[in-house]
Amino acid sequence: MSSTALSARVRRTQRRRGASAFVLDVALRIEPGFTILFGPSGAGKSTLLDCIAGLARPDQGRIAAGDLLLFDSETRTNLPPQQRQLAYVFQTLALFPHLTVEENAGYGLAHLPEGQRRARVREILESFRVAGLAAHKPGEISGGERQRVALARSLVTSPRVLLLDEPLSALDAAVKAEILADLRTWNAQRRLPILYVTHNREEVDVLGERMIVLEQGRVMAEGTPREVLEAPRRKSLAQAAGFENFLAATVLDLREADGVMRVRLEGTAVEFEVPLAHAAPGDRVQLAIRAGDILLATQRPAGLSARNVLPGRIVALEERGALVRVQVDCGARFLVHVTPGAVRSLRLAVDLPVWVVVKTHSCHLLAE
Amino acid sequence: MNLQALLLSLRLAAVVSVLLLGISLPLAAWLVFGRWRGRFLLEALVALPLVLPPTVLGFYLLVLMGPRTPFGRLCQALFGHGLAFTFEGLVVGSLLYSLPFAVQPLVSAFRGVDRALLDASFVLGASRLRTFRRVILPLSFSGLVTALVLSFAHTLGEFGVVLMVGGNLPGITRTVSIAIYDSAQALDYAAANRLALLLLLLSFTALSVVYAVNRRVWSPWSPR
Repeated sequence: MSSTALSARVRRTQRRRGASAFVLDVALRIEPGFTILFGPSGAGKSTLLDCIAGLARPDQGRIAAGDLLLFDSETRTNLPPQQRQLAYVFQTLALFPHLTVEENAGYGLAHLPEGQRRARVREILESFRVAGLAAHKPGEISGGERQRVALARSLVTSPRVLLLDEPLSALDAAVKAEILADLRTWNAQRRLPILYVTHNREEVDVLGERMIVLEQGRVMAEGTPREVLEAPRRKSLAQAAGFENFLAATVLDLREADGVMRVRLEGTAVEFEVPLAHAAPGDRVQLAIRAGDILLATQRPAGLSARNVLPGRIVALEERGALVRVQVDCGARFLVHVTPGAVRSLRLAVDLPVWVVVKTHSCHLLAE
Repeated sequence: MNLQALLLSLRLAAVVSVLLLGISLPLAAWLVFGRWRGRFLLEALVALPLVLPPTVLGFYLLVLMGPRTPFGRLCQALFGHGLAFTFEGLVVGSLLYSLPFAVQPLVSAFRGVDRALLDASFVLGASRLRTFRRVILPLSFSGLVTALVLSFAHTLGEFGVVLMVGGNLPGITRTVSIAIYDSAQALDYAAANRLALLLLLLSFTALSVVYAVNRRVWSPWSPR
C-alpha cells in the first residue's frame, strides 16, 4: 500500500505586494483513500495542490507519487504537469466550454487510438452516470452533472493521485452525497490517494477518514477528523468546531502529577482546573469550552467528579428551537446550552442562582 | 468605376490579412503567455503604426528597400528587382502598417481565456502547442475573426504608406484610396464618390461583423 502513497515536502515563499511574504512549509504523506485538507482561505491549500500538480514550483522540497519522483530540489528534478500522472479537479472545474462532454472526457487520452479512447470514455461516463449527456456542452448541463464530468475527465487517465480543490462547494447536500458515494465506489478497488481540499465542516464529517489542518502555510493538526477537531489548537479551528465560550486566563500553578494546572480567569477571581499544557506560572492562555459541555445545577452539587464548580446567576435565557441558550454570570460569563425540558424541571429563570459545572477535560487550551 | 484599382486593393488586403494572421498568432501568443520581462518593448513596437504618421513609416521603408541597404540587396537577389514601387513592396509596407490591427485583437482574446483551462489541459497531459490548438485558438474565435477583418479593412483603406512605397502605377500600385485621390485631384467628383462610397460601405460592414462576433451574435460555441 505504502508504495502508492503521495509524499510531499514543500517549502515555497511567495512575495506579495504590500504584505509580508507568505511561506508555505509542509511535509505530508497521503495514504490511499480520502485525506481532507482543511483550513481557512489563504492557508495555502491551493498553492500546495498546485505544487503537487506541477503548476507552481516549490523553492525546496521533494514530492513523489508512489515510486514516481515528481519534484526534488536537490537533484533538480521537476517533472512538467504533463508527465506527473495526476488528476486535478479545480474549484471552477475548468471544463472546456467549446467541447462536448465526451470530448472533454477524452481530452487526456489523445495518445490512445480512437476506438480505445471511445471505449474508455464511455466506461468512465457510465461509472459517473453521465453517459447520456455525452453530446452536450458543459454550458447545457447542471452543476452536479458538470462536477461528475470533471471527475470523469480526470479519472479516465488512470492517475496515481487525485487532487480535488473544493469541487463540491457549490452543490446542495443531496447531490454532493451522491457524487461522493460514486467517487468512493470508484476508488474502492483502485485505492488512490485522494487529497480533498475543503473548508466546509459538513464535508469533513461525510468524508472523514483522515484530515490535515493547514493554517498560514503550516500543518496545524493531523489525524482522524475526530482527533483533530476534539483537540483544537487554535481559535479559528475551535470556532469551526463549535466552541461558544472563549476565556482568557493566567496560569497559577502546574500539578504535573495529576496532569492538570490551575488558572485564573482574567479580570475575575474565578479559578479553574484545566488539562496540563506546555506552560509556566504567569503565562496567559486561552480556554475554549463548548456550551453543550457545561452543566447547570440549582443546588450546590456534592459528590461530583467534575473539578470546576462555580456559583453564579442566570442573566439571560433565550429559546432556540430544541435548545435554550442560558447566560450565567459567575464573575466570568458562560454560555450554556440546555434542553427546554431542563429549563422546565429546574424552573430556570433570569436572576436564579445556579452552579456552573465544567469537567477539567471539557476545557480546551488554545495556542496564543 | 476604377475596377482595376479596386481589384488590386482587394488582392492586397486579402494577401496581407492572411499573412498577418500567420505572423500575429505566434507573436500574440508570445506576448500573452511568454515570460520575458521586456515584452512591453515589443508591445510598443507592434503598436507603433497606430500613432506613427504613415508617411514616416513609408519613408523609412522606401529607404530600406533601396539598393543601398542589405535588405534592399536581399530583395534584389530574391525577386530579381527592388521592392519599391512593386506589389510585393506594398505587401511588406502593409504588413507593418496593419500589424497592430491583427495582433491586438488576438492578444485580448488570448488574455480572455481562463487560465484554469490551460492548467487543466497541462495536467491532462496536453503539450503547450496542443493546448494552444485545442483550447486557446477555438476559444479565441472572435479574436481571430476580428484580427482578420480589421487587418483586411485597414489594408484596404491605407493611403500614406502605399503612396510612399508604391507610388501610383496603374495595375501595380494604384490602390482604391489612391484612385480616389487621383479622381478628386482631377475634379472628377462622381468617380471619387463611387469608390469612396464603396469603401465606406465595406468598412462599415467589416466593423459590423467585428462587433457582432464580439457580442456573440454569431458564435460557433454555445454560451459559456
